[in-house]
Amino acid sequence: MIYDEEFETLPREALEAIQLKRLQALVEKVYATVPFYKSAFDEKGVKPGDIRSLEGLRKLPFTLKQDLRDNYPFGMFATSMENVVRIHASSGTTGKPTVVGYTRRDIRTWAGLMARTLAAAGAHKGDIVHNAYGYGLFTGGLGFHYGAERLGASVIPVSGGNTKRQILLMRDFGATVLTCTPSYALHLADVATEEGIDFKSLKFRVGVFGAEPWTENIRKEIEKQLGLDAVDIYGLSEIIGPGVAVECVEAKNGLHVFEDHFIVEVINLETGEPLPYGETGELVFTTLTKEAFPLIRYRTRDLSVLYHEPCKCGRNMVRMGRITGRSDDMLIIRGVNVFPSQIESVLMARKDVAPHYVLFVDRKGRMDTLEINVEIDEGVFSDAVKDLQNMEREIEKEIKDLLGVSCKVHLVEPKSILRSEGKAQRVIDKRKS
Amino acid sequence: MRVEQISIFLENKAGRLAEVARVLSESGVNIRALSLADTSDFGILRLIVSDNDKAKAVLKEHGFTVGKTDVAAVQVEDRPGGLSSILDILSKQGINVEYMYAFVQHSGKDAVIIFRFDDLDRAVKLLQENNVKVLEGSTVYTL
Repeated sequence: MIYDEEFETLPREALEAIQLKRLQALVEKVYATVPFYKSAFDEKGVKPGDIRSLEGLRKLPFTLKQDLRDNYPFGMFATSMENVVRIHASSGTTGKPTVVGYTRRDIRTWAGLMARTLAAAGAHKGDIVHNAYGYGLFTGGLGFHYGAERLGASVIPVSGGNTKRQILLMRDFGATVLTCTPSYALHLADVATEEGIDFKSLKFRVGVFGAEPWTENIRKEIEKQLGLDAVDIYGLSEIIGPGVAVECVEAKNGLHVFEDHFIVEVINLETGEPLPYGETGELVFTTLTKEAFPLIRYRTRDLSVLYHEPCKCGRNMVRMGRITGRSDDMLIIRGVNVFPSQIESVLMARKDVAPHYVLFVDRKGRMDTLEINVEIDEGVFSDAVKDLQNMEREIEKEIKDLLGVSCKVHLVEPKSILRSEGKAQRVIDKRKS
Repeated sequence: MRVEQISIFLENKAGRLAEVARVLSESGVNIRALSLADTSDFGILRLIVSDNDKAKAVLKEHGFTVGKTDVAAVQVEDRPGGLSSILDILSKQGINVEYMYAFVQHSGKDAVIIFRFDDLDRAVKLLQENNVKVLEGSTVYTL
């Protein structure tokens, strides 16, 4: 279902006309109200009046995560605090958190985008939404909450934690839509099984999963174990929170970016040049309608690809592929670009190891070395040395075939690799120290 | 004529073996025989113990990866040529030994050798036909 048919199916020319108008107003506004942008524009020698077409966007400077940190906490706000009705902040794994603000209209815009998002996933008025995204400074919980209410669905604001109780609630309330991270979805299925409840017997029809990168293999796993359609969603607090892009349940093939509110670009990591459709690079967003915390060409460090082929759902917006990695995760090993997510995909496809791993990168002489610790699955443990050694050799070969880089695989004990609630430490690069 | 052996996956990390021994001792499980196969990455500790189920349960409780395999326990006279005669019987029939380890009984008269075969039933049958003494599990656990 399309929630906002007029805007979500706008013909390209009409969409671009709106984008240009909004971009021009945005540029005027940030130049006048945000000291950071005034000096960044001046440094590049660009004035708001220079933006006469959408291509003019390329003249504008990028905004980096570091710029947000440098202006902590409210320095990037384009309005006085009197107009700010909500603050959210992202978990700063390194240094200060990133603080974002919303005006009353921003909150309305966001709720509208989240209503679109849920509708694209197949939710509608009458659905019961079990919202297990965390409520609080994190944008996930409240973002979904407002969107579900706007859509007219009944929202259960269960937030994270207390999983056994969640299973009872979802069964007793007859929830039909599940919203949480993909890893929590799998955890819910495990706990349901432990409690003697077949998750597939619950009333769920669809799940909207995001806030962490996941793969097609995990989608298959979730759909099989939970018995629902699993839809991918993309967003980040700096841009607005969830509600930037979402897959439609009809195609489940790429995420429609809500381009009437955000301009999306994919750029070359090194040169910063925008890349054509179909090429992988770093996602860059410009917010077109936000009042309190607008951003110009924000570099997300997420890697993806854009394509513009029509979709059977009828939306006219550009689609982005799954996030395939983080630009700051990229390792260069013997001249080859390696993303931990690629190694994860190899491990995920195997039945005999758990998808928990640590990569060790080092340099011996002039040669980079890659070693991978991966947890053995208890079910396949053999008492014969050669079986386990064969397993290591097989994984090494699969990784070599995929990446073109040889590596050494070490099996380690189950649950010996540190689990992390947030971002796991998956890479130890000893070359830097 | 099968003897149950438990095997434990050990990362090459200081203290893991000691941890196994400690866990077993605290739960009153006696180790009858053991062998450790090691590679540069990991080791596999194989044990014959007085109480398999208990050993498995307490080790799992402590987060160890535990497997179970059936092996054969063969009694061999403690004299030159004791082992050789048994291996001859097996090799003539083309039976492959995956691995083996030995321990000597209290009396010092006989040794017990633990064999892991590809085809356990066939190997046991062959040995018995050749008058080699293959021990029952219950005998081995209480040796």
